[in-house]
Amino acid sequence: MQFEYEIEGGNFSRAGYASSEVKKRLRQLNVDLQIVKRIVVALYEAEVNVVAHAYQGKMIVEIDEKKILLVLEDSGPGIADIEKAMEEGFSTASAEVREMGFGAGMGLSNIKKNVDHLEITSEVGEGTRVEMITYMNKGR
Amino acid sequence: MKVSDLIKELGLTVHSGDKGLDKEITGGYVSDLLSDVMGNADTGMIWVTLQTHKNVMAISSLKDLSAVILVKGLVPDADTAAQSNTENIPILGTDDQAFEIAGKLYCLMNCQG
Repeated sequence: MQFEYEIEGGNFSRAGYASSEVKKRLRQLNVDLQIVKRIVVALYEAEVNVVAHAYQGKMIVEIDEKKILLVLEDSGPGIADIEKAMEEGFSTASAEVREMGFGAGMGLSNIKKNVDHLEITSEVGEGTRVEMITYMNKGR
Repeated sequence: MKVSDLIKELGLTVHSGDKGLDKEITGGYVSDLLSDVMGNADTGMIWVTLQTHKNVMAISSLKDLSAVILVKGLVPDADTAAQSNTENIPILGTDDQAFEIAGKLYCLMNCQG
């Protein structure tokens, strides 16, 4: 089963919309509540990253019995140094975005803590792809 | 403790989300950093903040928070209040600053007798 949602860069009033739609779907599909709670954190952070940094993007969610695959792809400035971006507290967000309470440099570590697998690939000037996987039955 | 009990005990204003006043409160979280709330607040908590924009509701809804308290007499943006009404997650207000209201909340929920 696969869903796809568009994300509009720069539009903060819509930030969280795609994540909220996915949350509803997962609930309808009776996905374990603890899994939904963790996924929602990772999804929202990834969605806000697209809104705050990119021009446009999409969220693709693929669910099967074993796992949930979440992919966020954007066209945007890309990330020059992914290792640096992963550091807690590091952010390139604008002053305006920070004033709203974003840009604390906690987003990617929130994602890392809440999914079982995270892979970020990026090309400067092109865009970024964030792939996350959560296993339905972790530890097996 | 319900949201409505807090309103009575602490003299809070109801800005929006009246239909959610029966929600149970399991605890509280105080922060103005959205990722901090996203990563650390939990279901059923009441969130004390000075942020008034719409993402406050996006987070409250995604995290299944019980209510939001805006400090220092701040009021929610129009679209924030609208979403609060849709989601039935109340936005409350106080003239207190965060330390004061957090102290009162904490005591109300934890100081017995």
